[in-house]
Amino acid sequence: MRVAVPVFPGSNCDHDALHACGTVMGWDTRAVWHQESRLPEGTELVFVPGGFSYGDYLRCGAIAALSPIMADVRRFAEAGGLVLGVCNGFQILCEAGLLPGALLRNASLRFIHRTVHLRVERADLPFTSALKPGQVFAVPIAHAEGNFELDDAELADLEARGGVAFRYCAPDGRTGEAFVPNGSSHGIAGIVNTRGNVLGMMPHPERAVEPAMGGVGGLGIFESLARTFATA
Amino acid sequence: MAVADPVVNEALARELGLSADEWQTLLRLLDGRIPTYPELGIFSAMWSEHCSYKSSRIHLKNLPTEGPRVLQGPGENAGVVDIGDGWAVCFKMESHNHPSFIEPYQGAATGVGGILRDVFTMGARPLANMNSLRFGELDAPRMKGLVKGVAAGIAGYGNCMGIAMLGGDCAFDACYNGNILVNAFTLGVMRSDRIFRGYASGPGNKVMYIGSKTGRDGIHGASMASAEFGEGSEEKRPTVQVGDPFTEKLLLEACLELFETDWIIGIQDMGAAGLTSSSFEMASRAGTGLELRLDQVPMRETGMTPFELMLSESQERMLLVAKPGHEPDVQKVLHKWGLDAVVIGEVTTSGRFVGLFHGEKVIDLPIQPLADAAPKYDRPRERPAWLDEVQGRPLPPDLAPSEAEATLRRLLACPTVASKRWIYEQYDGTVRGNTLLGQGEGDAGLIRVKGTDKAVAVASDCNGRFGYLDPFWGAAHAVAEACRNLACVGAEPIGLTDCLNYGNPEKPENMWAFQQGCLGIRQACLALDVPVVSGNVSLYNDTEGVSIFPTPMIAAVGLIEDAALPVDVDAPDATALSKVGNRFCGSGFRAPFDAVYLLGENRNEIGGSEYLKLRTGSVYGPCPELRLDEEHGLQACLREGVRLGLFRSAHDCSEGGLVVAVLESAFGGGMGCQLLLHRGGLRLDALLFGESAGRAVVSLSPAGESALQALCEAHRVPFAKIGVTGGRHFTLAVDGSPLLDAPVAELQAIHDRVLPEALEHAG
Repeated sequence: MRVAVPVFPGSNCDHDALHACGTVMGWDTRAVWHQESRLPEGTELVFVPGGFSYGDYLRCGAIAALSPIMADVRRFAEAGGLVLGVCNGFQILCEAGLLPGALLRNASLRFIHRTVHLRVERADLPFTSALKPGQVFAVPIAHAEGNFELDDAELADLEARGGVAFRYCAPDGRTGEAFVPNGSSHGIAGIVNTRGNVLGMMPHPERAVEPAMGGVGGLGIFESLARTFATA
Repeated sequence: MAVADPVVNEALARELGLSADEWQTLLRLLDGRIPTYPELGIFSAMWSEHCSYKSSRIHLKNLPTEGPRVLQGPGENAGVVDIGDGWAVCFKMESHNHPSFIEPYQGAATGVGGILRDVFTMGARPLANMNSLRFGELDAPRMKGLVKGVAAGIAGYGNCMGIAMLGGDCAFDACYNGNILVNAFTLGVMRSDRIFRGYASGPGNKVMYIGSKTGRDGIHGASMASAEFGEGSEEKRPTVQVGDPFTEKLLLEACLELFETDWIIGIQDMGAAGLTSSSFEMASRAGTGLELRLDQVPMRETGMTPFELMLSESQERMLLVAKPGHEPDVQKVLHKWGLDAVVIGEVTTSGRFVGLFHGEKVIDLPIQPLADAAPKYDRPRERPAWLDEVQGRPLPPDLAPSEAEATLRRLLACPTVASKRWIYEQYDGTVRGNTLLGQGEGDAGLIRVKGTDKAVAVASDCNGRFGYLDPFWGAAHAVAEACRNLACVGAEPIGLTDCLNYGNPEKPENMWAFQQGCLGIRQACLALDVPVVSGNVSLYNDTEGVSIFPTPMIAAVGLIEDAALPVDVDAPDATALSKVGNRFCGSGFRAPFDAVYLLGENRNEIGGSEYLKLRTGSVYGPCPELRLDEEHGLQACLREGVRLGLFRSAHDCSEGGLVVAVLESAFGGGMGCQLLLHRGGLRLDALLFGESAGRAVVSLSPAGESALQALCEAHRVPFAKIGVTGGRHFTLAVDGSPLLDAPVAELQAIHDRVLPEALEHAG
């Protein structure tokens, strides 16, 4: 399995992504500087990491979306390649037009770091095949702009086509406003494109892949990817 | 140039903060020549309290700074301590009190930025931040805005940099109403043979300026931090720097890339007094001279003068000396990260600092004599006359048992005791995936060192009320408590850094307190065998003549050699949030039916406690006793108990006393506890809420009780079984009489809602 982690000026969860994919999963994982125009030969997964690319100036992810490497990420996605964007990576994928919607300031207007629970809404994706529908897992969030927003018609569309991959929930799986940390519409924590090969999520599965990290809630996503590639 | 330099004379020197004596010293140094305006600016900055430590130096020499692990003690950008197997940790704490009071967001943000640079300029990658905050009463003027602004500023800078915030401490007292304390700590990890220092060696070598461009912000910041606040302090806002964490992140990555090479001879952060202190210190350490072309400094504003260029405290800048021929290589790395890298001068043999501006010599000063002639004062000291009255004032009668529950509920709602979650949830605590114990999870923050089995713990403490009641023992308490917190997670103390926050040193009572504080730190350090490797002094914490309590903040760093051992997570995935390790320990209860023990001794002490303040509105009474030999035994006992896997939780008793400590463990574990206490001749209030030192509450499986007894006996630590975990209620009985029975969730709600309710909608 060959993974590329694009690094932008201001990325700061690139190390987390490299550690989870490289050290924990044992995949051939490479950091790719944003000014490169091509992903490494044979890339099978692009992991767009979190952080504050370009200091979150202008809008989160807006400048990174225009980086040279993102043009190749777009080509890669259009050809069916798997792209996972976490936190700032999710924001970048939205700004790049690979996913719909936008991530606004949290409803509290503050940065929030805490452990949240997510409910699996789609267990049939290359990113989720090791999970069960309705399964709950715990992962941290760490963001100031994770309030997912889409106009009503598009939101209905997204729900109708099964575009919601994960929703914030209680530890027992109940959903509702009380369990949404940031004001996201419909409690959306992660979405997937129509084709099912581009997934963006605000929580950090890569920070919950070893017991020492305080939990292994994020491991299911990586095990799903491993399964996908084993059968590819 | 648009504006001509002002005429230099003694009046102008006084305006810039120099005394009449210092003006005379300066003239002698220049053989009677009147300094130029930029030269005068250099003197005023270098000889400010903030940069010269002129009032504190003679007392700081009392601090023990040596130890077998110390690779770099005080005097560099940060201290470095060996953690074995080729690894070292680099850390320091620094104050940003004055700027944060004037402009809380930028003041706190640039405090974080400055301490990060101090650490990464040594060659370490910063992996953990902490902050120690002291605020006034929440209803004091501006205070809610200050709390919000400081928290947001720390979050804004630290989160963007991608440094995990591991914790710290936060307390509230009226003595900080006009003078908040913002002390920022950073720890980095490095290879022990790759330490970079601030040396401008090798005549002929090029001096390079890297990082952000220079603007007019922060001019006179160092002098501002060296004077009392009065009315109109808000007018000093332009002296506060403005931070850009994005640029600093780029500078961090660029520097770490440079440190992989062998191109760098010396490097130093441009912190307080900017280009002035960095260049003078680098040349002074190396015994060389410097010639700088100030017009080559990258500028972000037009028409900047030599005075402004030398004194600007614009952030995110470094001065470095490169190996000959490698200047273009350095530039290539900086340019990759989109930053400036410009040769602005050379190292010389002259021993002088020569500043040229468009070819004209505007500065020509001897470097070593200027450093040697820096004022050093043995200021008058006097024990305050009011101290005896404050210590000896009669205590109120004991608390009636019927009042215990109401008192506890009110105590939980005191901001110092209440949950600080509202603040720390704004900080990213897990970035880079190293955090073993984050804020609120243990008595100390704990990170692993990837590639080894080691983990490094950090804790900061200081009870300013103890410092007020007894400056010597108050300071010793701070050291003991910080190290006790390390012991609770299982770590052995290997080094300290301090931020000595005191009032105006020109008042003999403050100077006495400062001297006593240094001696108290010394005594505790010697008893607990831990050196001070870096630190900072912040004086003039006064507003309108009122000084803060002596607040010598201590941040302790500890080591666990083998923390990375099998960790058993048996809880189902969805709830597997508790950290279950055998070589480190959190503070929350972990399992029902565990035995709860008190290690250490309850004493008849309520002096300086949160309880006494709550009940009487005053801070008084004797400072709790600190028995350092017993403290040493307790900490060894705690560490061994953690290492043996005996303890499921360990938490020290501090503000709020024993009952609050037990409740915090209950909150952390999400379960109840039945507490059964015995008076043993103590006042009831001292038993429940007294703040005696040298105590910790541990929980363990009943199967471990005999092992615990043997362990405590071996370390001569008094122990007593005080309860059992489990259920949803917290019950308290003293000598068999029930005093309290309440749902834990209800008590936790009181504890949790104080800061959100006060701050959520405040301006």
